[in-house]
Amino acid sequence: MASGVKPRVKVPKTAAAGSAVTLKTLISHKMESGRRKDKQGNVIPRSIIHRFTCEFNGAMVLDVAMEPAISTNPYFEFEATVPEAGDFKFTWYDDDGSVYDTSKSIKIA
Amino acid sequence: MNKLTSTNTLVALALAGGVVFGGAALADVDGVLTINGELEIVTKTTPPAHLADNLDEIVSGWVYRAAETQELQMDDFDNPGMLFVDIAQDDWGTVEGTEGKSCATCHDNVEDSMAGVRAVYPKWNDEAEEVRTLAMQINSCRTERMGAEPLKITKGKMARMEALISVQSRGMPMNVAIDGPVQAMWEQGKEMYYTRTGQLELSCANCHEDSYGLHIRSDFLSQGQTNGFPVYRLKNAKLTTAHGRFKGCVRDTRAETYKPGSAAFNALELYVASRGNGLSVEGPSVRN
Repeated sequence: MASGVKPRVKVPKTAAAGSAVTLKTLISHKMESGRRKDKQGNVIPRSIIHRFTCEFNGAMVLDVAMEPAISTNPYFEFEATVPEAGDFKFTWYDDDGSVYDTSKSIKIA
Repeated sequence: MNKLTSTNTLVALALAGGVVFGGAALADVDGVLTINGELEIVTKTTPPAHLADNLDEIVSGWVYRAAETQELQMDDFDNPGMLFVDIAQDDWGTVEGTEGKSCATCHDNVEDSMAGVRAVYPKWNDEAEEVRTLAMQINSCRTERMGAEPLKITKGKMARMEALISVQSRGMPMNVAIDGPVQAMWEQGKEMYYTRTGQLELSCANCHEDSYGLHIRSDFLSQGQTNGFPVYRLKNAKLTTAHGRFKGCVRDTRAETYKPGSAAFNALELYVASRGNGLSVEGPSVRN
């Protein structure tokens, strides 16, 4: 299992109903591409986050397939419209089968 | 794409012609650095008394960076240096060495115990009767109290521990003592700062006192202040310590460099830190 993996998200605490908010997410992960070799010439096995999703109250906001060329600590910044108060749920899927998730609530101001 | 190409050509022409843009091409010289929308950072102020004859103003290196680099430091979520602070937070509570201690065993909560520490280092240590840099103090704790191996001065583990300690003093003014028992070492550092070295015969002052704000190739020279150290550098995507940066600078004068952690660099660190007295601690800052 990849070590030092920690998801981070930044979601505003409040938003006006129907407005778009900016969400920032980052997961610390080494994103080993599977194309590098170690000192002995052996291929270092691929170990990346291959999928990232964001859901709002169960509805899919963003579903991203990620490939080996993506750098260490993948960062996504995107906008989402907030129709009502609720929870954003962010999920990252690791090659090794681990699933990391975190949630943030947002209120209507 | 056409637009990009033509801009590059213009820059190349300007360089070939030896034109220096001065302030015009600076991103945002009058920008104000506020971190997380609440912590105000002093990036320009009057110089300390010992510098009053040499500089009109002391300026943080943040001012000389491009707008997008400046923005990275305005929000801890965007500042990649904070990732290393997070890792160091785990190191803080990790037991290492023969004594079964972690940093937290003695110093408890880093937010409280390390507040203000970064602003006054390098600092005289009465017991050891020597000037100690933050790195020396960290290693003294490790070897004497924890029974652990010292950390390598410019490596990642040291840099991130310095970052964790720095962040507790962010926004506080640099306030390094230069008199009393540290004076001799401070004078030695000053001597180094103004002495030309290397095949290019450059002193620190030639670039960072006489020429700050001007181009060095396509980059801007800063005053070489250390208030932002350790810095996250975009060029190598990791934290750089003051000694690591000194080494790079001295190398660029085409001189044999001093060793990071050497007495010479410790003296230089003390002197350079004192040139920034009054600027806010920024570490970990973001530079290119």
